[in-house]
Amino acid sequence: MAMPVAGVPTESPAAHVPAGHALARIGRAIRSNRKAATGTILLLIFVLIALFPWVIARDSPTTDAYQPHLGASATHLLGTNAYGQDLFAQVVWGTRNVLIISVVVGLATTGVAVLIGVAAAYLGGVWDGTLSVLTDVLLVIPLFPLLIVIAAYAHGGTTLVLIAAITLTSWSYTARQLRSQALTLRNRDYLEAARVRGERRLYIIVVEVIPTMTSLIVASFLTNALYAVLLSSSLQFIGLGDPNTVSWGTTLYWAENNAALQTGEPLWAIAPGACIALLGAAFALLNYAFDEIGNPALRPVRRSKRVRSA
Amino acid sequence: MRYALRRLGFFVLTLWAALTLNFLLPRLMPGNPALAMMTKFHSAGANPQTLRALETLFGVNNQQGLIAQYFGYLHQMLTGNFGTSLSQFPASVTSVIGSAIWWTLGLVGVTTVLAFILGTGLGIVSAWRRGGKLDSVLPPVFVITSAIPYFWVAMVLVLVFGITLHWFPSQGGYYVTTDSPGLNLTFFQDVVNHAFLPAMALLITTIGTWILTMRNTMITTLAEDYVRMARAKGLPGWRIMLDYAARNAMLPNLVGFAMSLGFVVSGAILVEYVFNYPGVGYMLLQAVDGEDYPLMQALFLLITVAVLVAILAADILTALLDPRTRAAR
Repeated sequence: MAMPVAGVPTESPAAHVPAGHALARIGRAIRSNRKAATGTILLLIFVLIALFPWVIARDSPTTDAYQPHLGASATHLLGTNAYGQDLFAQVVWGTRNVLIISVVVGLATTGVAVLIGVAAAYLGGVWDGTLSVLTDVLLVIPLFPLLIVIAAYAHGGTTLVLIAAITLTSWSYTARQLRSQALTLRNRDYLEAARVRGERRLYIIVVEVIPTMTSLIVASFLTNALYAVLLSSSLQFIGLGDPNTVSWGTTLYWAENNAALQTGEPLWAIAPGACIALLGAAFALLNYAFDEIGNPALRPVRRSKRVRSA
Repeated sequence: MRYALRRLGFFVLTLWAALTLNFLLPRLMPGNPALAMMTKFHSAGANPQTLRALETLFGVNNQQGLIAQYFGYLHQMLTGNFGTSLSQFPASVTSVIGSAIWWTLGLVGVTTVLAFILGTGLGIVSAWRRGGKLDSVLPPVFVITSAIPYFWVAMVLVLVFGITLHWFPSQGGYYVTTDSPGLNLTFFQDVVNHAFLPAMALLITTIGTWILTMRNTMITTLAEDYVRMARAKGLPGWRIMLDYAARNAMLPNLVGFAMSLGFVVSGAILVEYVFNYPGVGYMLLQAVDGEDYPLMQALFLLITVAVLVAILAADILTALLDPRTRAAR
């Protein structure tokens, strides 16, 4: 489960460009790359739904107010489940929980990884040794089973427990990548200059080192957000989340508990799963596009310009 | 030699870390989850000896200090005493796992090998015909499939091929009511039939990584001088593709394959759950559900050890196949 995703840039050409330029470049790249544009639009739609769910779903996601087992119709776009809850409302209102988890975990994981990775590379010596061993050990312990064990002892996770558990266990891959990139920067002239100027270490790390790694940090955020979507939904699906939260994973949990597929209510299980896949795809597409931007060799070849092979 | 020793040291260190995590987690959690479990063992009628062993494992009703508990726990783990299962009392944890492991090894093992072979093949062709039909369709498709949750693919397969079309059975490992395990053709067919849909679910969700890794490495190799040299010599295209480009681009995928064999044990937890497949992953979730902590602890350890062994194997494989690693160390 902890296999690295193929779409993670290993090196970025933006290494010398200050942060402002890098972000502007990213913006331009999103507009010109079709995968990035699709990913951005998908993500924006989900963010809008999470912010204003009542605009498209007037029904409450939790009241058992309707007749159970209704099929899809104009009043209930996805029908109702065995408890008489409106499924469209559940899916729409459930967006918020997943999106909060993915963004918070994405930011927190990347933050921890930046701290540990850059500190290891920049401080060197014993610090580097200790932090690297810690990173490597955490990297190889199977993530999903570990999360299952933690959530089991915690007797199911509220959203906060899920966020904390996923963040604490999944920063290692990013930390390792950031460390290797920071290592290549360590002896650059402009850092030497900062040291000669007499700047403090913290200042050098925050102002000189981290901004040059913006591309990689953004890409890491996307990967971590994608993993947070999949991991938290999976945990909620197997009943290790809080069964009262409104979220896609919880809806799936109740669907599986009521054998929705076997009792002729496929939409109960298929709809929230499709949403997870779409949100995941949004993050994955953005990430892949970043990879293409960072590594021109991977960009799709235009047929007319194609170099003759074989 | 020094390289091998270092990797071995890392192996031991990580194993120790996993053991310690297993020890600390139940003790750190609020509400002492292990205490409730012990009451259940009491009412199940466990004998004093069993109870004492479990007390050592989870640190309940124990007068010993934490350090003494820790060494008692390590001793039990290293001597293979994983305790008694609560959900299948009074069977030992070891025997309970023994009955499930073969199902997982069969299903996920075979699927992993298939996914590797198919994925690498498609990756080679896709990179070789750069910009061709296959190459323009495959990468974006598999970027998206990599984001789809395993269990959802499994559910769609259950719905379409199991419930709607009735092509394949979608629950369990064999027909429990009409068939009994044995070495005969009917049982074998039954097992293959039941394994088909879970195997497809795994194949669909894992093959993308193999294709993309192979394709991306091979694109880099194709630009190398020795490939141009091979072309200049007038070698046939398939030889350049396989013997020159693919052979040198193979290393990341081979190492990934060695590692993925370690994830065989844990890789299918959710797929097994959806199909009620009687393997290790399904068992882990049942153990969680029944608060069977000894079984859960042992399964987590088994999964971790499998991954660690695979990583050690992958390291050795890299050293054997790539002379540059040896020189660099």
